[in-house]
Amino acid sequence: MTVGNESRTLAAGWLSPGMLVAFAVFGTLPLWIEHVGLYRYLGVEILIWCLFALGFNLLLGYTGLPSFGHGAYFGIGAYAMGLTQFHLVADLWIGLLAAMLAAAVVGGGVALFISHRRGIYFALMTIAFGQMFFFIASKWTSVTGGEDGLLNIARLPARLGVVAFDLTGNLAMSYFVFAVFVVATAFLWRLIHSPFGKVLRAIKQNETRMAYLGYRVYVYKWASFTLSCAVAGLAGGLFAMAQNGAYVQVMSLQWSGVVVLMTLIGGGLVSFWGPVVGTVVYFLARDLLGAYTESWLLWFGLMFMLVVMFKPEGLAGLWQEAVARHAAHRRARAGALQPAASE
Amino acid sequence: MALLEARGLHKRFGDHVVLEDISLAFPEGRLSGIMGPNGAGKTTCFNVLTGGVRPDRGSVVLGGEDITGLPPYAIARRGVARSFQLMNVFDEYSALENVLLAAPAVRTRSFNMVHDLRRDTGARDRAATVLARVGLGGKERMPAGRLSYGDRRALEIGLAVAAEPRILFLDEPTSGLGADGTARLAELIQELRRVLTIVIIEHDMAFLFRLADHISVIHWGQVIAEGTPEALRADPWLARSGLGAAV
Repeated sequence: MTVGNESRTLAAGWLSPGMLVAFAVFGTLPLWIEHVGLYRYLGVEILIWCLFALGFNLLLGYTGLPSFGHGAYFGIGAYAMGLTQFHLVADLWIGLLAAMLAAAVVGGGVALFISHRRGIYFALMTIAFGQMFFFIASKWTSVTGGEDGLLNIARLPARLGVVAFDLTGNLAMSYFVFAVFVVATAFLWRLIHSPFGKVLRAIKQNETRMAYLGYRVYVYKWASFTLSCAVAGLAGGLFAMAQNGAYVQVMSLQWSGVVVLMTLIGGGLVSFWGPVVGTVVYFLARDLLGAYTESWLLWFGLMFMLVVMFKPEGLAGLWQEAVARHAAHRRARAGALQPAASE
Repeated sequence: MALLEARGLHKRFGDHVVLEDISLAFPEGRLSGIMGPNGAGKTTCFNVLTGGVRPDRGSVVLGGEDITGLPPYAIARRGVARSFQLMNVFDEYSALENVLLAAPAVRTRSFNMVHDLRRDTGARDRAATVLARVGLGGKERMPAGRLSYGDRRALEIGLAVAAEPRILFLDEPTSGLGADGTARLAELIQELRRVLTIVIIEHDMAFLFRLADHISVIHWGQVIAEGTPEALRADPWLARSGLGAAV
């Protein structure tokens, strides 16, 4: 079972069956989410974190580099979104672009220091940098608002030429976040099947061999880190819109851990969609388990431990195994019916 | 002038001198062999030549250019390919994908984030040709991790061949192979030597003496004997040292 599984079975290009399912579910989410007892804002939050987790998985699942400080870049995106509209220009697109760029520039700078490292050293450095940015953000009150956060970030209208969509309602916001999610997902999907994506996964498998094939490994690791920071920044910018503010908590070690949790529990190591599954499970657990008990995170943590102990490939791994078993079963039955027509 | 030359290589790890004063020359089109007992410094010598280890003294010259101490990727890009003694392929990828990655044409496009490699029939055809050449035709889609030991060894060499090198280094290619596998490997190398300059480190003396045009014997970090297989067989010094006993 590998990350490349879908690539062998599904058509490539810009779309895939998995993508169509995801788009169908998330695209119609605002229409039915209230009928199943949830609320629209939850849909917005889930999609934003799905985007964050998908970008994070480019690094963890595809390049094999664990970052435990990715919340920092999500937070930087959120602050950039607010600061741009307060001090520069109140435009949605420029704000989102600034969120991506700010996270990419800071992440790219960090990556210069860590892209020669691997394994535990890489992980520790990401924590160190993440904590550094967390403390800067919480102490630099004049810029970030410190512990109070950056308040009153507006949901600016989405201007497309002559038309402009008001995003202040959660319904419109849902559709907007969905649109961004579609574009970003299509790009990431394409990227992992490109030569660049192949190289990232090869680095995960065997970094040394890649060097002996003439690949400058650290440049790709740098690019992968920077790209995933850019996606984190974009998600952070959207989160600042959704929350009408940017808060330092998302930059903490704990929230950086949450995105790792989401990615692993869903099965980011074996599937493109793993992080999405994990994010949905996380938020549903928070809201459904959270309705019964304050200590829902304890139960979620236990679930995470069970997954890591018994099925490190996560929920997507379970699914792939079930599909493979079903296919083998069908082949066996077909073989039993027509013994002459083997293979 | 030889295609690749090592001049006065010296390397020590701590107080252990591994390479004393090694000079080797590999002319274009020749199949050269390096032999010697365990711990003689053969693999370190290989690593210095292909970029993993920087020598303390001495130089490595490829086609007139000094490449001493360059990182592995830079040496690889100049046309030096190597296989590894311990199997070193991309287990999650299919045999075809393994070979695709090694192709310089794919490497030069490796920052392309949009192009779909699965639709690049030109590159895939060339990769399939390489696989057929190393005897893996029909196994293109098999994940490398599920290939048999002998097939993985062939893929290992396929990766090096797909890199379209000027000179190919093989580090103990027969290690772990049975008699059949070794015979198959000998055939493959006979095939490759017609178009490639090859250097082989080998334990299996019979194998090396049968294939090589020229052999260097390394012992105690020095080249203690050099010449054609015939000349080495006749070398009394070598016969007495026991190194030639297997021949």
